Amino acid sequence: MTASLDEILVSAAQKLAEAANLKELDNVRVQYLGKKGVFTDRMKGLGDLAPEQRPVAGQQINDAKKRFQSLLNDRREEFQNAELEARLAAETIDVTLPGRGQNNGSLHPVTLTLARIRYIFASAGFEAVEGPEIEDDYHNFEALNIPENHPARAMHDTFYFDPHTLLRTHTSPVQIRVMESSTPPLRIIAPGRVYRCDSDLTHTPMFHQVEGFLVDQNVSFADLKGVLFQFLTSFFEKEMAVRFRPSYFPFTEPSAEVDIECVMCSGVGCRVCSHTGWLEVLGCGMIHPEVFQSVNIDDDRYSGFAFGMGVERLAMLRYGINDLRLFFENDLKFLQQFG
Amino acid sequence: MLVSESWLREFVKPDIDRETLLHQLTMAGLEVDGTEPAAAGFSNVVVGEVVGLSQHPDADRLRVCEVSVGEPDLLQIVCGAPNVESGMKVPTACVGAVLPGNFKIKSAKLRGVQSSGMLCSQKELGLAESSEGLMSLPANAVPGTNIREYLELDDEIIEVDLTPNRADCLSMEGIAREVAVINQVEWHPAETKASVVEHDRQLPLYIHSPEACPRYLGRLITGIDPAAETPIWMQERLRRSGFRSLGPLVDVTNYVLMEMGQPLHAFDADKIDHGIVVRFAKQGEKILLLNDEEVDLAVDSLVIADESRALALAGIMGGRESAVCDETSNIFLECAFFSPTVIMGKARQYGLHTDSSHRFERGVDPELQMRAIERASGLIVSIAGGQCGPVTESSNDTHIPNRPVIRLRPSRVEKILGVSIDRSVMNSILERLGMSVSVRDEETWEVQAPSFRFDIAIEADLIEEIGRVIGYDNIPLNDISMHSVLAKSPEARVPSDLLKESLVGRGYREVITYSFVDPDRLKKVDPGNEPIALENPISSDLAVMRTSLWCGLLETAERNLNRQQSRIRIFESGLKFLKTADGIEQKKYLAGLVLGTVSDDQWGEKAQSVDFFDAKGDVEALLQLTGFRFQFVAKQHPALHPGQTAEVLGIDGGHVGWIGVLHPELERQLGFNSHVVLYELDEAILCKGSIPEFNPISKFPHVRRDLAVTIGDGIPSASIVEAMRQEGKGFVTDVRIFDVYRGPGVESGRKSVAISLVFQDSFRTLQDSEIDSLVSRILKKLETKFDAKLRD
Repeated sequence: MTASLDEILVSAAQKLAEAANLKELDNVRVQYLGKKGVFTDRMKGLGDLAPEQRPVAGQQINDAKKRFQSLLNDRREEFQNAELEARLAAETIDVTLPGRGQNNGSLHPVTLTLARIRYIFASAGFEAVEGPEIEDDYHNFEALNIPENHPARAMHDTFYFDPHTLLRTHTSPVQIRVMESSTPPLRIIAPGRVYRCDSDLTHTPMFHQVEGFLVDQNVSFADLKGVLFQFLTSFFEKEMAVRFRPSYFPFTEPSAEVDIECVMCSGVGCRVCSHTGWLEVLGCGMIHPEVFQSVNIDDDRYSGFAFGMGVERLAMLRYGINDLRLFFENDLKFLQQFG
Repeated sequence: MLVSESWLREFVKPDIDRETLLHQLTMAGLEVDGTEPAAAGFSNVVVGEVVGLSQHPDADRLRVCEVSVGEPDLLQIVCGAPNVESGMKVPTACVGAVLPGNFKIKSAKLRGVQSSGMLCSQKELGLAESSEGLMSLPANAVPGTNIREYLELDDEIIEVDLTPNRADCLSMEGIAREVAVINQVEWHPAETKASVVEHDRQLPLYIHSPEACPRYLGRLITGIDPAAETPIWMQERLRRSGFRSLGPLVDVTNYVLMEMGQPLHAFDADKIDHGIVVRFAKQGEKILLLNDEEVDLAVDSLVIADESRALALAGIMGGRESAVCDETSNIFLECAFFSPTVIMGKARQYGLHTDSSHRFERGVDPELQMRAIERASGLIVSIAGGQCGPVTESSNDTHIPNRPVIRLRPSRVEKILGVSIDRSVMNSILERLGMSVSVRDEETWEVQAPSFRFDIAIEADLIEEIGRVIGYDNIPLNDISMHSVLAKSPEARVPSDLLKESLVGRGYREVITYSFVDPDRLKKVDPGNEPIALENPISSDLAVMRTSLWCGLLETAERNLNRQQSRIRIFESGLKFLKTADGIEQKKYLAGLVLGTVSDDQWGEKAQSVDFFDAKGDVEALLQLTGFRFQFVAKQHPALHPGQTAEVLGIDGGHVGWIGVLHPELERQLGFNSHVVLYELDEAILCKGSIPEFNPISKFPHVRRDLAVTIGDGIPSASIVEAMRQEGKGFVTDVRIFDVYRGPGVESGRKSVAISLVFQDSFRTLQDSEIDSLVSRILKKLETKFDAKLRD
């Protein structure tokens, strides 16, 4: 007597359950569904039955096969799940380890400050222009209304190559160069390196300035005040007291120095501001008629203002740097704080 | 300039406190740099009178004094000062006094004798750096008077930082004048009376250069008491003004200089040969100056001479030989106006800077001389006695500067300042400043500045004065109008910032180093270029302009290695300076340096030292930003390893820069112990970008073929890649070297290069047979051109 389909399924289920892995499971599959498998044999045996019985019996075998297939699938899925679980567990990493590749470097704080200054003035239409660092006496002094023997020259501590060639002591010669070659209206800033023969705690022989100027019809000192006030507010990202104090530059008149309320002590008085509550950050004024004359701009028709600022000074105040010399020592431990 | 507040308030008496005064000065353009009390704090020191004096029984150097301090009981004070004498008035610190430096005076026994207080010197009161004995007070000082009150020590010294245009404020009177203008109050100049002329002796004056010396006043004062001493009040004022007391004659000239701003000079009249000659120095002439320096006079230096020799460097410094001394009893007092242009720059030429030259080169009031010489004469006679002779004057009106008449347009004032100002306010400001104003019409005023305002010559000067007196605070803040065209935005330009940012993204830190460098180091790094040398370098290691940015980068690397860094990636952008046939070339370069490991220590990865190709990758990334193609050609550079150096060239062959490994010999000399890779690129070329141009994307599949060929070791890989590109033009879209091998299996002298080729056509799928024939065509080309053989 051959086993009933039910008996076959019971034994098959047991074998499926006993299979320890996918390979053994496949052996069971072959045993039942393979060419010589149990169900195949049964199907082959249908030929022994009377033709009218065959459809029913065939149907029964197919149903049993389907049930086996379903049991097989379930069991296979179990194995696959377990295998995936195991793989995932094995592949787990420590996500807190650092990533691979180059870390970012950093821009020099002077460059960061210059970029900020450029960006703020660009929004008001000021174009950035650069000029030579080895300058001639004419552009650095003469054309800026600083003739030979002018007391202001003594304050400039100039580096010379020969009596007519020097390292520019300020970025103001760019003002002359631009006005020589273009016509108003002009809105220019000129960032760059400048040089003075001076070196101590608070002076380095090279530093950076940004010169700015605007020439147009009807430009006034009140415009200058407005622009610089807005610039300082924007640069330091806060409204603070700003004062314009009469001063003297040979190439501007009226001239002013601009003080801001000390950013360290908010004007109360501290070491940084020498207990005055004020910090000098800018020099400025209305472009001197002599300067206009030297570049052939009609000063009855046009007026203009110019200003100059020390970049290191602004960077020191902005980032709280307490020693000017750090800028040019280029210690990586200093530089990496800015990136 | 140092300004004693109490002295200032003698000239002008505005009803304002100190803080307001300081603020006013600063906001008027006379910037207050700081203030300092006129004397250190001390208490309980009074005027004492030594009424009895006896030798200390047990000490040769000590005396026992009986001192009256205005009370019935005398104080017994033991004193060691050599100049103590009976009847002397001297500052006396009583028991309980606290002297500067927190020195407390207690009752004590000195060698067995009771001492209740201390007689003081100027030094002990903090009034001098050093003293030779007790401070002797005038005989009329009343015992018991508090010394602080007696000497008016509760005073503040104001340090005013004057701009070079404000020569008129280089005196107490000048500052007082400004304070009066600001506060709209009266001020009173020092009272000056003409001295009584008691003899008629004069020295003849010969002014050879009236254009240089338009006014010269002189006076003989005879019979001066050489033993006279400068009164305490004058010593005190001079001290507060930063002058040392040097005897009454010099002190008086300094006093008048401080008071009125007029430099004077007192010659010992007995040392002058006949008369005074004002002339330019002669060729080869020398003079021994008051500072004991002998100088060779330049022929454009104005001197005060007598008949035989130069006596003084005019307006700058007197000579030693004609100077007043302890025995001087007859003087010749000089008070002149020298033209600023003659004095300008001269003191600096001799390495000198004096109170006198400082004033003369900025401009002394040419109308001041008579007042000043009378003031000085009066003071000398009152302090040291003597008889005044008449004032001898030589003035040449044509050379005395006249203040120009300036056309002032009130509307222009408002236009430049950006604020409307009442015409009467303008007028009043100008007049308070001592200007004469005549109104031609509504729009044209004629203004003339007073003789002491050398800085007022054009309309802009007047506009500044009006703005300054109104107060910059009272000028509004305007928003500027934006009637400008939109900015040009050239896209075919790589901004310098983008270059920098892309290096930052690749792990670099930006450095900024000095543009002047050490000539020795530069010679090693760039021996081929003669640098431009500074005439006055700040130090010998910052003496020449860089011809290469590598100098600064190498020095920065060294410094950081010395500070325990081991991995360095830095770059700098800046000018380098080259001598050219037609002058100086100043060109911007972007330069980089890498040393140490490729990346920071990474877990799970072996640390690898940087080599040429790490840096080359960075350079290629920069070049890529331009959108153009470049070539790297093996070349020699004196600073770089001969086998690991490339010149970067444009596709047209133009020079772009260098990249290479620091020459091992330099590496040793500079003390590096690992490879240093350097590069330097012309930033102007890097900044020339291109606008991207779209190419249609092929829809057909690409096919990759890898092949390996052997070629002679010396053949640059780039040349076979280029040959393959050329040969496969139209079909080959990419050629890439993925391995280079030398060693077993490859004939010696040859290398195996593995290359992947990517084929693709825009219009159809390429057939295998077509690709096969392309590959063999390419191989054939390589064979004929480079003797390349396909590896099996």
